[in-house]
Amino acid sequence: MDLTGQLLQLLFTGFTLGGIYALIALALVTTFNITGVLNMAQGEFLALGALLAASLCAAGASLPLAFVIAVATLALLGGLLERSAIHPARHAPGLILIIITIGLSISLRGLALLIWGTEPASLPAFSGGGPLFVMGAAVNPQSLWILGLVALAVAGLHAFFELTYAGKVFRACEINRTGARLVGINPAALSFLAFAGSGALGAAAGIFIAPVTLATYDMGFLLGVKGCVAAIIGGLNSVGGAVLGGLLLGILEAFGAGLVSSGLKDALSLLVLLGVLLGRPEGLIGAVAGRKV
Amino acid sequence: MKKKRLMIWVAVLAALALAALFTGGCSGRGETGSGAGDGLEPYRVGAVVDISGPSSSLGVPERNTLQMLADKVNAAGGINGHPLELTILDNKSDETEAVLAVKKLINQQKVAAVIGCSSSGPSMAMIDTVQKEQVPMVSLAAASSIVEPVEERKWVFKTAQSDLVTVNRLIGYLQEKGLTRVAFLYMNNAYGDGGKKAFFGAAEKAGMQIVAEEKFEATDKDMSPQLTRVKASGAQATIIWAIPPSASIVTKNYRDLGLAIPLLHSHGVGNQNFIDLAGGAADGVILPIGKLAVSTQVPDSDPQKKVLAAYIDEYGKKYNSPPNSFGGYAWDAFYMLVAALEKAGPDRAGIRDELEKTRGFTGVSGVFNMSPEDHNGLAEESMVLVQIRDGQWKLLD
Repeated sequence: MDLTGQLLQLLFTGFTLGGIYALIALALVTTFNITGVLNMAQGEFLALGALLAASLCAAGASLPLAFVIAVATLALLGGLLERSAIHPARHAPGLILIIITIGLSISLRGLALLIWGTEPASLPAFSGGGPLFVMGAAVNPQSLWILGLVALAVAGLHAFFELTYAGKVFRACEINRTGARLVGINPAALSFLAFAGSGALGAAAGIFIAPVTLATYDMGFLLGVKGCVAAIIGGLNSVGGAVLGGLLLGILEAFGAGLVSSGLKDALSLLVLLGVLLGRPEGLIGAVAGRKV
Repeated sequence: MKKKRLMIWVAVLAALALAALFTGGCSGRGETGSGAGDGLEPYRVGAVVDISGPSSSLGVPERNTLQMLADKVNAAGGINGHPLELTILDNKSDETEAVLAVKKLINQQKVAAVIGCSSSGPSMAMIDTVQKEQVPMVSLAAASSIVEPVEERKWVFKTAQSDLVTVNRLIGYLQEKGLTRVAFLYMNNAYGDGGKKAFFGAAEKAGMQIVAEEKFEATDKDMSPQLTRVKASGAQATIIWAIPPSASIVTKNYRDLGLAIPLLHSHGVGNQNFIDLAGGAADGVILPIGKLAVSTQVPDSDPQKKVLAAYIDEYGKKYNSPPNSFGGYAWDAFYMLVAALEKAGPDRAGIRDELEKTRGFTGVSGVFNMSPEDHNGLAEESMVLVQIRDGQWKLLD
């Protein structure tokens, strides 16, 4: 394989990894924007969604049916968790809320371990057929599905926030919580919806990536951390930044492992995080796109 | 007032989280004992296996096997009339947890001997403790360094074939096919490092050239970058040293990248789980493995044939799934220990001496001949080369 092919291959791999990170970062950023809570249990939503869908598929359900049931269940679970754990503590400082979500994440992981055990489960790829080849570099069709979901999520979120009345309500609440209350918006209801939404998006992401990464009860933690890094690189408050951060992180990891050394992969992403936090704490595009005051 | 309510919530959540952790951590804990024997003091044996975490595909069949065998021994009246009390602890595939668990077994349960762990890292971590406390230990993991150098491993034995046995099998195959330029990928842990050391040493002696050397983490989700380098290296064959699930993912990636050179794995993937998770990607993989996976294909003259058939039958009846070679390592460790307990009773030094004297022990993994110089006791004949075809293990001749 020549150098061009090699670089192209690494780029494709980076896009797959990056797409996975971007999906988690997207859900994180959306929740953070609306509620001010950094949801550390986001990775667990992915794991639960993927495991649930895998069980349903194994029980004979078709993939689309399993997808719909898993996404709906996780949306419900997300909302339920918000009502039972976040809502009663809504007046607490942000740090306490984050620690509550860490508690949720540990509980959900334990729950998944009890229900599904430790054996990894797998989902069939969405479309059959082998990899596609572009100039000697292989592209896994499932990667295209993942990137498609990223694009769909970004477009959907953008359309919702910019074009619909409900979206404007969310944005009003995000820009000025007190002001929004004065004009009759109930932030508590929005927080419920935000968690339900991130549960649904998490489940969808989990199901899309399961054919590539397999589904295990403990997959959520590391993915959650990587998604968090991606969101911070992007500036934590912008949807575009989250996607950019995720893709950047994935590509960096792929090139780090492929060109420098496979041992360097994780170190590189953490170095970038440190660099961003030290040099541009507002994130790469946070200052440009951010509307937070 | 509000603060107080919040505090209560935080406390409740913390308690919930702890409860989840606790039940999760202890879900693998099982005790069998009581019942057999006529009120005689039970023989206490401990096991530390990787029931949860990345190596759980090894630890779960081992736990199942140990539990099944302990129940069987007790139902038959125990050992010399003493019931067997087997305590199985989960180390969560973690070195620190393994050391804590083995200390608990030795100090609190006062066990006569320890079985474990499933993988090489946690096994290595326990060695210090058992050497110091002078408790015999039988590991179920592969790395040769668990029992070598033998003068520093007086109390340690193991039932899984050492890296070198596997490596020699692989090198033999490569030489037979005239493949001399190879790529080597391994997991970044004790198992991978052990395999790498053994393979590099043997490859050098055999005059082979290693054109690419790559590693990956047990939790990695995509190994295409490493494989891209393999593809560019001009290797004639690839050897991967890993266990599922990462071994399954790397095999999938291998096929996705369209790598056409032969793919060889280690005995770490000797598990139906590997084939299931890799889907069709596992077809064509060649690996050395104990005879259990191909028991119906080995000739009737093989001394292990009966043992294998009995184990498969028993395990299948109890757990509704076929056993694998990891459960087999636990079978061997269990019965070797039972034999030693029969002769020496619950005397730690006596058990150790009896384990070292094990000769001609026909187990699931092979015929064991322990000696003061060899605490593994398995020869190359204990392994056969198989190829995965249509999701089935097929004996290569």
